[in-house]
Amino acid sequence: MFMVKRIVILGGGTGGTLVANRLRRSLDRETVEIVVVDQDNSHVYQPGLLFIPFAMTTADAITRPRERQFHPGIRFHRASIERVDVEHDQVILGDGVTLDYDILIVATGAILLPEETEGLAGPVWMDRAFTFYDLEGAVALHQRLESFPGGRLVVNVVDTPIKCPVAPLEFCFLADWYFQQRGIRDKVDLVYVTPLDGAFTKPVASRTLGNLLEQKGIQLVTDYNTATVDGSEGRLISFDDREVSFDLAVMIPAHGGAAYVGASPGLGDALGYIETDKYTLQSKVKDNIFALGDAAGIPASKAGSVPHFEGDVLVTNIMRFLAGQTLDARFDGHTNCFIESGFHKALLIDFNYDTEPLTGHYPTDVGLPLLKESHLNHLGKLMFQTFYWHSLLPGHDVPGVGSAMPLRGKHLEATPH
Amino acid sequence: MTTATYAGTHVILNDEGFFTNPAEWTEAMAPEIARALGISELTDRHWQVIRFMRNEYLTKGTAPSVRALGKTSGVSIKELYQLFPKGPAKTAAMIAGIPKPIGCI
Repeated sequence: MFMVKRIVILGGGTGGTLVANRLRRSLDRETVEIVVVDQDNSHVYQPGLLFIPFAMTTADAITRPRERQFHPGIRFHRASIERVDVEHDQVILGDGVTLDYDILIVATGAILLPEETEGLAGPVWMDRAFTFYDLEGAVALHQRLESFPGGRLVVNVVDTPIKCPVAPLEFCFLADWYFQQRGIRDKVDLVYVTPLDGAFTKPVASRTLGNLLEQKGIQLVTDYNTATVDGSEGRLISFDDREVSFDLAVMIPAHGGAAYVGASPGLGDALGYIETDKYTLQSKVKDNIFALGDAAGIPASKAGSVPHFEGDVLVTNIMRFLAGQTLDARFDGHTNCFIESGFHKALLIDFNYDTEPLTGHYPTDVGLPLLKESHLNHLGKLMFQTFYWHSLLPGHDVPGVGSAMPLRGKHLEATPH
Repeated sequence: MTTATYAGTHVILNDEGFFTNPAEWTEAMAPEIARALGISELTDRHWQVIRFMRNEYLTKGTAPSVRALGKTSGVSIKELYQLFPKGPAKTAAMIAGIPKPIGCI
């Protein structure tokens, strides 16, 4: 006689969904119950948000019901999360239900915190300052761009880490193209304002992307830590008192973990992320708590490809945990991002904890070109949405695309010494 | 790679001036590094941030960002910029002998 075990997955987004589906395939329904909790039933394909402001897609085209993405045998419980009682292995939900768990998987992602920047959450928000990092913001920004007569458009990353760190650059590239198509590019100043010391974190990619900004006439302001957004005067003010004026600000607000993390003693760090072993994905909070995707405080990008590549590592380790074995599957930090550069072209970057984005091809010598604009990469980015709903979320493996980052095809000599 | 001499000891720095081996650092080196970065005197408040940064790095393997520092070090972001005008996270990391707090990609 044995007890049925319960795995509770918090969050039905990219990571929560694909891990629920992979676990359901691997675990006997008679012995392990899987419950996914989310506060709403709307699964947004987040890479699509970038395209909404430029009318390249619509809100409807990138949204599907969460519950439809789960394999049979997975229970979807729709409720807000009040807190996790780490000590008693319980999740307390907003609808009054308390869920006991044997294993908890935190996959509630990251949220936007405009209120952490002085002035940003005030009257300027959705008036002169927008974001495309959520559905409502992306739709509102689309309407504003349509009527934008020209002027200074400033794209500002307030702080890192953010979701999809290349998206703000992609926005700049697409804005350049969009205003050319509208015939008013000469009336628009495009400015990219970042807290980093270059266009990107890692040297080889930073050089390539910095050059692209320059070629497209997009001004780059670095080492900029935004203290205040002054809506009435239309200016950003940094902590070291540098001002950047704007007519329209496209903001990437500070990010943090989901609100319930802060209300759960011992669960999260200062920013609300779960301290997690970057290799095994087991939390440092308690042995039976795991985290993946944006919710995990590991030194990997907050990007959709990360939970995708984390998926089989996490499932292997949870199977081993259930069997009382040591956790030997290791995530290598593998991340893979398409970077839209406008004019039906895109770049691709592929990297992990140890290897920065380099030139070459992915996944092998004859694959997609890395760190280089190409039409093929653009097609790859467009096709990815179909792949996302039909292969990534259901938890299927893709032939030739493994979880571990391939070194084959990469030009290692491009690394500066 | 380059070398520097602080408090009479040779240390190895990377091209940006950060320690490659944090174990080579001693507290006696901090005032010299700070002076080279334009901070003439390290006050107790400076030290609070420097020790906090170093301790976070040694226990967690990464140094906190400015925003996390503002929430956890006991020094507000505004004051952090007054103490380290050229960028609190980078400057304090340099003085504390730890790698650049790059954050994540």
